[in-house]
Amino acid sequence: MPSTFAAAWAIAAKDLLLEFRSRTAFLSSLVFTALVLAIFNFARDPTAVSTTDIAPGILWVTFTFAGLLGLNRAFALERENHALDGLLLSPASRTALYLGKVVANLVFVAAIEAVALPLFALFFNMPLLPVLVPLAGVIALATVGFVVVGTLMSAIAVNTRFAELMLPVLMLPFLMPPITGAVQVTSRLFGGRPFSEVSAWLKLLVAYDIVFIVLCVLIFEHILDE
Amino acid sequence: MTANPVEANPNTAPAPALVVRGLTRSFGRVRALRGVDFTLASGEALAVFGPNGAGKTTLLRILAGLLGAEKGEVIVAGEMLARGDVRHRRRIGMISHHSLLYDGLSARENLEFYARLYGLADRRGTAQRALVSVGLEERAGSPVVTYSRGMVQRLAIARALLHDPEIVLLDEPFTGLDQQAAATLRSLLGRLREERRTLVLVTHNLDEGLELATHVAIQVAGRFVECGLRSGDTASYRARYAQATAGA
Repeated sequence: MPSTFAAAWAIAAKDLLLEFRSRTAFLSSLVFTALVLAIFNFARDPTAVSTTDIAPGILWVTFTFAGLLGLNRAFALERENHALDGLLLSPASRTALYLGKVVANLVFVAAIEAVALPLFALFFNMPLLPVLVPLAGVIALATVGFVVVGTLMSAIAVNTRFAELMLPVLMLPFLMPPITGAVQVTSRLFGGRPFSEVSAWLKLLVAYDIVFIVLCVLIFEHILDE
Repeated sequence: MTANPVEANPNTAPAPALVVRGLTRSFGRVRALRGVDFTLASGEALAVFGPNGAGKTTLLRILAGLLGAEKGEVIVAGEMLARGDVRHRRRIGMISHHSLLYDGLSARENLEFYARLYGLADRRGTAQRALVSVGLEERAGSPVVTYSRGMVQRLAIARALLHDPEIVLLDEPFTGLDQQAAATLRSLLGRLREERRTLVLVTHNLDEGLELATHVAIQVAGRFVECGLRSGDTASYRARYAQATAGA
């Protein structure tokens, strides 16, 4: 019998290999990211609202919707040839399946963010280097929450008739706390505000991650039953 | 007509490999299974015939642990099959008309992936032996998407047997196969019989099913209306099937 982590790693490695070969979702997300940033860049009036005020919201809207494109594929690729049945027939636990999908999605979304961040700096002329380390920390915290919830919702949505439409409908309400927190922290980082102003938001992000990791692992056991 | 449990074949007479008692399952108001019973010993093969919607696939999915039953029990090698218990999954292999394979991976990668999920020690060696057993070793590195339907089905068989299961469930395995691929599949299934694996096959195709079966059941509207040792030729079963399914 494989350990949970060995099975999870096998599933994550398989998902990443499939995505690396096709690059369909990754390239779609990158094109989407570039387009959104370009549109926001040309649509805004820099004399009306300062870049520091508007940029954090744009950054997180871009991350969120680009990530959604990736999360859609997490279980969609298991629909092909009913491969999900193959996973469920194996001795790998449901928890291993969920963790494997989470790891693959984390790598996928992190890769999108790694490309989107320099594009964001370029389009909005934001000096990221002074805040890069704390910004990376905030992105990591919010991304974990986003992916943990998104992977669960992707499993719920995959068997619905319009899975691609259902995922954002199911997921976005649950993303309000982490996205709000991430925007608030990012905004204060760009504004050079002291750490005391962001600590409460950071606690929210950490708490959200812990609560939803536990909840999603517990719920996932029952999501795939019938 | 009432459904009778399958009797042990006196020629083989081993301990039961699979016991099914009173299996019942509904989907909303539709009753897919209504008290299905049968017992199979090691090396025996049950062919379940029935029209569309008879509940054949539901039966197999419950036996595989993919679905829960509302009532009844499934006992595999003396152990009750419980939801969420992963131990029995090592004992069961399933071949369906869906391959359960990833088109973007090669045959070898697919098999090595499943070998990892089953916790097999020598993944590469096991995958290679499985590929040789279905005659796909020369195309082992090609993506599955480039395979013909027959090759995919052979690889699906290799996947299902990778962990050396005692019980093999077959859901319409001949669907969509040309004559050559069907002949290859028949030969592979014959080998499973020789290896004394316990088989449960659900199909519409009487000819294919009877060739493999030691036991035969006819399922209509979730019930086994006939179930027992195979007796009679294909023509007699065709008549019995037509009679059982008349009006279904």
